[in-house]
Formats: sequence, C-alpha cells, structure tokens
Amino acid sequence: MTEVVMEQMPPVLHGPTEKQRKYDRQLRLWAESGQAALESANLLLVNSGCGTVGVETLKNLVLPGIGRFTIVDDAVVSEADLGVNFFLDEGSLGKMRGQCSTELLLELNPEVHGDWYPKTKGDLNLEKVLATSSTFTLIMYTNPIRPADLAIIQAYGKQHKTPVVLVHSAGFYSYFRILLPGAFPIVDTHPDETATTDLRLLTPWPELVEFAKELTRDIDSLDNHVHGHLPFVVILLHYLDEWRATHDGAYPLKYAEKIAFRNLVQSKMRTDNPEGGEENFEEAVAAVLRAVQPTSLPSGIREVFDYKPTDPQEDGSPFWIIAEAVKKFYEKHRCLPVPGNVPDMKAESEVYIKLQNIYKAKARQDAAEVLKMVQAVPGGRDVDPAEVGLFCKNAAFVKLINASAGGGIDTILNSERLATVAAQEFSNDEMAEETLTPLSLLPIYLALYATSHVESSTREQIVSEIAKAVPGAGVNQRVVQAAEEVARAEGGELHNISALTGGMVAQEVIKVITKQYIPIDNTCIFDGIGSRCQVLRL
Amino acid sequence: MASVEVYPSIEPLRWKYLDRIRTRPGPFTDLDVFEGSAVAQNMDNMKVLVIGAGGLGCELLKNLALSGFKNIHVIDMDTIDISNLNRQFLFRKSDVGKFKAEVAAAFVESRVKGVSITPHKCKIQEFDEDFYMQFQIIVCGLDSIEARRWINATLVDMVDEENPESFIPLIDGGTEGFQGQSRVILPTMTACIECMLDMHVPRAQVPLCTIATIPRQPEHCIEWAHQIAWDKEKPFPKLDKDDPEHITWLYQKALARAEEFNIPGVTYSRTQGVVKNIIPAIASTNAIIAASCCNEALKIATNCAPFLGMPEQNNYMQYSGNDSIYTYTFQTEKKPDCPVCGNRARDLDVNLGWTLKELIEALAVNPSAQLKKPSVRTEKKTLYMQSPPGLEEQTRPNMDKTLLELGLEEGEQIGVTDPAFPSVSFKFALRFK
Ligand SMILES: [Zn+2]
Repeated sequence: MTEVVMEQMPPVLHGPTEKQRKYDRQLRLWAESGQAALESANLLLVNSGCGTVGVETLKNLVLPGIGRFTIVDDAVVSEADLGVNFFLDEGSLGKMRGQCSTELLLELNPEVHGDWYPKTKGDLNLEKVLATSSTFTLIMYTNPIRPADLAIIQAYGKQHKTPVVLVHSAGFYSYFRILLPGAFPIVDTHPDETATTDLRLLTPWPELVEFAKELTRDIDSLDNHVHGHLPFVVILLHYLDEWRATHDGAYPLKYAEKIAFRNLVQSKMRTDNPEGGEENFEEAVAAVLRAVQPTSLPSGIREVFDYKPTDPQEDGSPFWIIAEAVKKFYEKHRCLPVPGNVPDMKAESEVYIKLQNIYKAKARQDAAEVLKMVQAVPGGRDVDPAEVGLFCKNAAFVKLINASAGGGIDTILNSERLATVAAQEFSNDEMAEETLTPLSLLPIYLALYATSHVESSTREQIVSEIAKAVPGAGVNQRVVQAAEEVARAEGGELHNISALTGGMVAQEVIKVITKQYIPIDNTCIFDGIGSRCQVLRL
Repeated sequence: MASVEVYPSIEPLRWKYLDRIRTRPGPFTDLDVFEGSAVAQNMDNMKVLVIGAGGLGCELLKNLALSGFKNIHVIDMDTIDISNLNRQFLFRKSDVGKFKAEVAAAFVESRVKGVSITPHKCKIQEFDEDFYMQFQIIVCGLDSIEARRWINATLVDMVDEENPESFIPLIDGGTEGFQGQSRVILPTMTACIECMLDMHVPRAQVPLCTIATIPRQPEHCIEWAHQIAWDKEKPFPKLDKDDPEHITWLYQKALARAEEFNIPGVTYSRTQGVVKNIIPAIASTNAIIAASCCNEALKIATNCAPFLGMPEQNNYMQYSGNDSIYTYTFQTEKKPDCPVCGNRARDLDVNLGWTLKELIEALAVNPSAQLKKPSVRTEKKTLYMQSPPGLEEQTRPNMDKTLLELGLEEGEQIGVTDPAFPSVSFKFALRFK
C-alpha cells in the first residue's frame, strides 16, 4: 500500500540557499509549494486611469517572486503621473507608461519577467495581446475601463476559466472584486493552530484506549512525579471512563454535566505536593469544555459534501475525487479522518512521543482508507497520495469559495443580487445604532461602480447612475454622501490609498494563486475616511 | 462637490489628484478646522519623522513623499540583510550590508522630486527631547515593542500644556504574516502605547525544566541547544544569530537531541526561526499597514477628512487577511493606571510566599508590565537595584527573601524603574493572591 502521510525527509545539514534566504520570511507563510505556484504564475494587468493601484499591486507580487507579468496600458506618462505613481521618474515623461513602470518594477526582483503593450502610442490591441501571449493565470484590470476592453477580458476569462480581479481606487475610497470562474476549493486554509486540535476523546480507538489504560491502571498509587506527568489526554480518557461507569455508559455532554465532570477532574489533582498542584491536571481541567465534545461536521466541509460539480472537467479533478472519498469515509464512520496532530502538553518525553505516534498512526490508517476509495474510482489512480494526505489532515477546515454563483466574470453586474444585498445592508444600517455594528460600506461601492467607465462625474451624475442600478438607492443620505466624496476625487487616485488597496489585492491574488489561506468572496470595499473594510458577496 | 475651489500647490500639474482631495472639503470634512487654501503650504513646512526603515519604513517613506510631505527624517540603526529583499523594496542585492536609513532616504529622494529625506543611522534613544520636538508627526514602523514604549513615554513626557508644539501625534504600525494593526496616539489625550501594552502579549516562554529534562517539541530541542548547549560548549566566543555557521551549530545540536528523544521536525529554518524569534513578513501586508499609517498622517496634517484618534472616536485598526479580509476599527480607552499617561498605581497580583526574585520574574512576563531589568523600591526602602554595582551587591540578598519576610503589605505601593524606559516610574499596588 502506498504510504500516504509522508515521513520526515532525512535532514539536510547544509544551510539554506541564497534564494531561500531571500524569501525566508514568506516561505514561513506559504512554504515551497506556495512559492512554486507563485513562480509559475503569469499575470496580466490591464491598466487605465491614473494607473497607480494596479502597479502598486504588481509591486507586492514582484517582490515575493511572481513568475511573469504583462502590463497593458496605452497612456503616455504625464506630469500628473509623477505625483501619484512611484514606479515612474523624471525620465519617464512622454514615454509609454506601461514600459516605464515595467522597467522600474523589474528592478525589484531579477528573477521576475515582465513585458508591456502597446509598444507605441495608439497601437493598443488587447485582443492581439491575449491571443499571442502564453495563457494568463490571472487577469487584473482597473476602472475606469473602456467597455470594449472589458468585453475582450470577459471573453478571454470565460474561454480560459481565468480568475479576474477588478480594482477601482479614487480619492479616499476603493474596492476590488475577485471573479472566480467556478467553485474554488481550498485545502490548505491555515486555520489557527488551536482550532485544529481534534483529540476524539469520545470515540477513542483501541490503541489509544489501551495506552491510556496502561498508564492509569493504578492512578491513585502512582508516585507524585509520574502522576504529575500523565498527559492530560490520558487523564481525561481515564476519568471519562470513570464517569461513564457511574452514568449508565453515557458521556458528560450537557453543559451542567461537563461542569460536573470538570469538577471531578479538578478534585483528582494532588495538592499535597511541594508545588501545591499539578500542571497536567490544570491542562486537563482547562481542556474539558473544548475537548469533551462529540465530533460534528464543520460547515466548510459540509458545503463541499453537498456541492454538486456542474462541469465534467471540474468533477474529474483530484480535489473532487478526494472529496467524494472523504464523504464516503464520513458516511461509513460518522467522523472525518483523524488529523493526527497533538498539542504540546505536560508529559515525559517518551510518553508524549508514544501518544503522538498513536495519533499519527491513526491518521495514516484513515488516510490510507481514503486513498483506497480514491483509487477505486476512474481517474483515482492518477491522484497524488500526498494530496490525499493533506486533504485528510485538513478535512475539517477545507473551504469552498464562490460555490453558488459560478458565473465568474459574467457576474460583474448581477442586478438581482445587488438589489438584495442593498436592501439587506440599508435595513441593517437602520438598526446599526442599536446593534452597535458599523455602517455598511455598500454606498462607497455604489458610488465607485457608477463611475466604472467614465473618467470623472459630478455628484448628481453618480447619484442618478446609482438609482439606475439600485432603484430607490438614490435618496439614501449615505449614498449621496459617498457620491459627493467620489466626485471630490474627479477620478483621481491618492497614491496612498492605492498603495493600501494594492496591498490588499496582492494578498488576495497570492491566496488565489497558491490556493492557501482563504480569499474574499467576492468584493472588498475600503473606506479611507473611517479606516475600515467590508467584504460583501455581490 | 466639484464646484468647490482647488488650491493648487506650487507644482499644480504634478499634484493635481492630491490637491483635489487635500485642499477642498468633502462631505465628512470638519469645516471648523479645515482651511483648504493653507493646506499645501502647511505641508511644505511640516517635518515628519519615520522611525524604522525596514518593511514598514520603506513603504512609509514612499507614501509620505507621494502624499505631499516634503521634509522627512528617518531613523534606523540596522544594515540591510538579504532576507529583507522580499519586501523592503528600496533595497537591492548590491545594498546588502549598507545602512537602511541611508539607502532608503537616497532612493526616495532621487525618485520623488522635491522631497528631502534626512537619514539617521542610530538608536532612537540617542536623541533627546529637543530633537523630537522639531517634528509635527511621528510615524513608527518598528518590530520592537521596547522601542515603541520608549518613544511613547518620551512623547507623553514632552507634553507641555502651555506649548501646543509639544503635542506630537504618534502613528504606529505593526505586521505579522497576513495580519497587522495601525493606531494613532495623541499623547495625554488618547490611550497611549503603554495603555494598550497587554494587547501585545509576549510569546510564552517554555519552562526551563521542560527544555532541560523532558523535551517534546522541536522547539524544546532548539531552545536546549540555544540556552544550555551553547553556554556549556561555547563553540564561538559570542553567539551571532546572523552567522549561518553559528545557526548550523545550534541546528546540529538540536537535531542530535531530537534524535535522542525521537522528536521529529527540527530543521535549519525552524532553528533560525526560534533563535531569532522570526516573524513572517510579506510586502503586501506592509503595504496595507504603512499606507494606513500614512493615511492618518495625511488626514491629521490637512484635516481634509476625520482621522483615527479624534477624541471619543476610533483610534485603532486591526487588519487580518488570513481568512477573507477582516478589519476591526475601534476605540481603545486611556487607562487611569497607565504608568506613562495615568496617575494611579496599577494592581499587581503577587503571592506572599514569593521571593523578591519571583516578583521580579513576574514583572518580566506580566502582560501589563513586561519589564526585563526592573529595580524595585517601596516608599520606605530600596528592595533591589540593578545598578550601580555597589548598590546591586548591597540589595542582592533581598532577592531570596519572601515578600512576607521583606514586610510587604496588602495594597502597598512599589515603585519600579527599568533602564529601557528611563523617563517612566512604574507604580504597582500589591494584591495578595
Ligand atoms: Zn497610557
């Protein structure tokens, strides 16, 4: 049988390479796998307007080592560009903006490749750029965009199933949207370490039961040192048994029972020792409410189980093959595969390592069972066993983004959805003072959205555009204020707000490309006056 | 409204986007304090200090220069390391080993016409109040909590009610991985960094007995190599955490110990991470937090929109990008028992059976104290002094006495000083557990 969970590779005794040293601080976040994904990515930026927010985004992607980027921008550098865009200098005046920014961005990281179009003013042919370039991993474009260019991007995105990111920054406001071509599953979500502990105290398997019994056979006559070094997992298993013996075999599941059980464990702590207590029993007491818990199916993986891939290509992907197998595993055992990690706890080294190995062995056994199920279906033999191992380890935290819309680039304007969200947000705002929730940032989105294709608008023009998109919204006082604030900028970017937005967009692009952490679903609005964000699904 | 007049700066074409926003009011602008016609000139004459020329500092210098600030100083004593290059975008491989402050200042000056950036390659503690008094805004992009506390205490101490210029807003940013925070401190008016100290709890130390006798995690083996094996074997005269040879030595020691106990997971990278206490850092998070700090600086400098830190308003923004994007923008309250800006003694839970040594150790790990080298006295007598050596020797015997033996009483106040914060006298009221 194939080994699913990889054993530790023999350690390499030499230090890191120069590249590992350069990228050290980010490899600690997304590891070599994430880095490899970044380095093979090929990005397109279709730039417009003041042109800063897209370039600032690229800066944050060139630095960590994105593979390749292309800027499409038919603007010629003007004096005003130098006041807002850091990747231009005095020598850029009169030259193609895309070229100058590309050259200065490439200085940041010699490992990155970059190109620009058009090569000369007036020669822009976006369709040709798309047709002659190698396939783009992701496309970003900034508003205001010409509708004809948008149509070309939409056609390309649809054909190649390319994620598209749209960004708009003006004055103190910005928003960006991530339009994914279909359901987007993430296995490596990097949950909080404390959240991942899953000790299965209510469904222990024979090896774990045996181990705990062995250590606690004569628990009351153990010497103080051994008693004070029993791992808390073992302590809890022992007293759960004791509890069940006096409660018709039932576990303490109700809150009051858990408190009573906690008191039982507390009462077993020895206090007649020099320390006046025992750290391991304190850990056991502290863990009761969290660890004495029947296993339930987290919403993220439930959504994965319930999802029906619509597209045959999607259906045959390793993710969905593994998901189906894990679902079968769940249906058979009524629990997910054991993730296999054990938190640190007061214990003797040898005892702790044994305990750790019991959990690891169970995790390997569960993953092997899943792998067998995977390999039994068509295409399953091609699935990488390491991928199965990772899925099993993270099963409780697997996440599906963009599960219901699916439409991707076509959902740039989903009027029905927008109207529903607007009604919801405006009604929340009426209650905001009582519920102490911050006010909706949707008005900012609406005001910027109203200027998606125009360089600048007056407040009145913006309000009337908004009223067309969301009937009735034009009379909302906060919408009018947002429109006035957007009008103040007359389409101009503040460098600083674009830098901030470029940081947020870059984070999200990294998450989408590496398939690690959880990207927004699907619109993030930033308010530089109140200094806060809101994510809405539009 | 677009009809309101723009007051252009000296270079109207170059700054046209900025001038539209900073010189005319929007719907949220407080018209009582905003004066559009004066903004450009005010900013031309303003001096801003950036503390730190690292991940946040590089971003801050770029952002401030392109936000209309003309006269900027930057302090950083560090030199450039290769691991900076994935985010500190003003530095190139050929700059490794040079001073961050100098390279960063020169780069931004050459890229943005008309801005003057003065570098200082030294510690912030080397400057006195007169130096700090020349600035109208100070922005901090530091990774050290100790330096933050020092500048905070200094700025609060400088406030002179009679002199409006002594009142210098402090804007502070910090990042870790996909997360970060920015906050504005108006010394004596809003919560200060010391008021919020317990929001930055230092990582829990592994007990020495675990490291020495019962390791279970790779970190325990690494700490053993670092804290015990190194001191015993002294393979090099002094541990240099940036020297790969030294880290390799620690790594091999840790690995051998891990093998002895069958503990998996000791790697070079992990060794380096534990020994240097490395915090993951990326360009994009620095971009977000630095720009958030600069955004507040621009609003404070111009009043063209409300800023964080206005009385009774939000003064803190927390950002998290791990799971979607989440910001939490809120108001932290000034604490009356803040040792820097308050006047009441802060409660300290102690045990009568503790020795003075244990009390001193507690001051180091207590989230609202975090004092590494405290000297302690009561109103009546000196309990322990770190220096001068004579006094240290004289008070050392007290270290092994219990609080009971020293005659300390419930509610009694102790005064604590620490050389890291010379202007602060920390007062604690003892509460017996
Ligand atoms: Zn304070």
